[in-house]
Amino acid sequence: MMMTLTPQDIDAIWLSARVAVTATLFALPFGFAVAYLLVYSRLPGKLFFDGLVNLPLVLPPVVVGYLLLLALGEQGWLGSLLKPLGIRIIFTWKAAVLASMVVGFPLMVRAIRLGMEEIDGRLIQASRTLGAHWYDTLFTVILPLSGRGILAGATLMFARSLGEFGATIIVAGNIPGVTQTIPLAIYDYTNTPGGDRLALGLCLVSILLALAVLMGNEGLLRRFGSRRRP
Amino acid sequence: MSLTVSLTKAYPGFELSVDFSTESRRLGIFGRSGSGKSTLVGMLAGLVEPGEGFIELDGETLFDSRRRFSLPPEKRRIALVFQEGHLFPHLSVEKNLLYGYRRTPRALRRVDPAELIGVLGLDDLLERRVGTLSGGERQRVALGRSVLASPRLLLMDEPLSALDDGLKYQIIPYLREVFDRFAIPFLFISHAMNEMRLLTEEVIVLHRGQVSGQTDPERLARERMGWARAGYINLLRLADPLEEEGLFAYPFGTGRLVMWAGGPGESVFELSSTDIMLFRGHPEAVSARNLLPGRVVSVFDLENRVGVELDCGGETLIATVVRPAAAELDLRPGSEVWAVIKASAFRRLY
Repeated sequence: MMMTLTPQDIDAIWLSARVAVTATLFALPFGFAVAYLLVYSRLPGKLFFDGLVNLPLVLPPVVVGYLLLLALGEQGWLGSLLKPLGIRIIFTWKAAVLASMVVGFPLMVRAIRLGMEEIDGRLIQASRTLGAHWYDTLFTVILPLSGRGILAGATLMFARSLGEFGATIIVAGNIPGVTQTIPLAIYDYTNTPGGDRLALGLCLVSILLALAVLMGNEGLLRRFGSRRRP
Repeated sequence: MSLTVSLTKAYPGFELSVDFSTESRRLGIFGRSGSGKSTLVGMLAGLVEPGEGFIELDGETLFDSRRRFSLPPEKRRIALVFQEGHLFPHLSVEKNLLYGYRRTPRALRRVDPAELIGVLGLDDLLERRVGTLSGGERQRVALGRSVLASPRLLLMDEPLSALDDGLKYQIIPYLREVFDRFAIPFLFISHAMNEMRLLTEEVIVLHRGQVSGQTDPERLARERMGWARAGYINLLRLADPLEEEGLFAYPFGTGRLVMWAGGPGESVFELSSTDIMLFRGHPEAVSARNLLPGRVVSVFDLENRVGVELDCGGETLIATVVRPAAAELDLRPGSEVWAVIKASAFRRLY
């Protein structure tokens, strides 16, 4: 079977990549900060906070998308705040980024957190007794030693973004060339008579992308590992 | 240095309640595992929140529960050397060494990195990754890292116990040299009597979370000799041996000691009190290489044995003999005896 990609498919692939990269980069600092708070802070109500962060993991993505739509719509509390500034998010590619960020966030936090929990507490104590303030320790000890966790978190987030469908279709719509990512394009094809071959082509692209991400991640992790443990 | 500590901390099934005050610059904290040594260290460094009490170092309050005051660890300038070193795995040896130095205000820096690196013999390791270091190298780097922060007090929590005997005694001279040269007051925690005697001048004994004694290390060693299987360990600091037929003869008091092991310059040897035989008259035709005339200074009871303090030409040796032997030899202060020691009984520590 010949694999054919239409110009519209190429658009979808680029858009998917752009959304996934943007969502991952934007979410990273927040993911790191939330993981830090969950691991090292002594906040009251940490359990509740933890639950809140993990909520999108168990909620149907459609629900997440709908809530985002309510918040960002013209009458929504966020949407009405942004409107005077001339910023419209819903039904643009930014909405797809936001949907991916929210849905992938718990995965990212979880991975970073696991990495942080592996750091020997005595290293943190050592840095404090050597005169480092907590934020100094954060950037010179915890951040570099969380490298593996951050990488794993970014990979999960990226992969999850590539596959995001439910929340995206509600808050960003399915507009070819504007918000139509790979999964949305496949969904379109399956609803079109004779679209099977085209859908399969995009499926193949999906598989190749996912494989590339996983292999790249594995390679980087290995490099990290060999640097740390001889 | 002056340090006053009065602290309590309760854990389920264990309560720490420590009170002491010291002026000593080489302080030891001696106690078995589980006696609360590490908790005390954590509280001094500001890493463990005490229950009640206060800590005062050189007139400055570091912690006071009544005023709800606790100076954060980075402001205390109390550095800590852990049992396993705990070097930063993502930094090179050099960056580890300078971590605290860079965070010490210029005016408070009292240690020159190049000089310290030389004393610790780390010149060739600076570019190395921390993971490639041996146990002894790691501890030297850990020590250097802490000393370079120019701390007001250096806490060492069993820094030698993860090393095997040979390595341990190789590091002690480095420690002594560093403390002599840079005049850093320290608190050394250990359950090993020899380490206490080689490094500290005053010892606080912890037992089940309480201070059970504050004494000097020699006295502590004598108090404990009764129930130590090896008896009392005579630590002999000897220098400049003559080499004779493959043996080393060290000047000792007015006489000399002959032994297997030795080396140029100064060395420290251990000799168990149970390896010294006592004779009333001059023994004839003995294979042992050391026959020292001595005078009994004191005799003291130990469980089923007797400790005998000897003056051998101005130097002190302590021997242990069983009770019937002491009676037969009629050992009492002033008795003249001969101490016989095999050349192989001496163990060179460093």
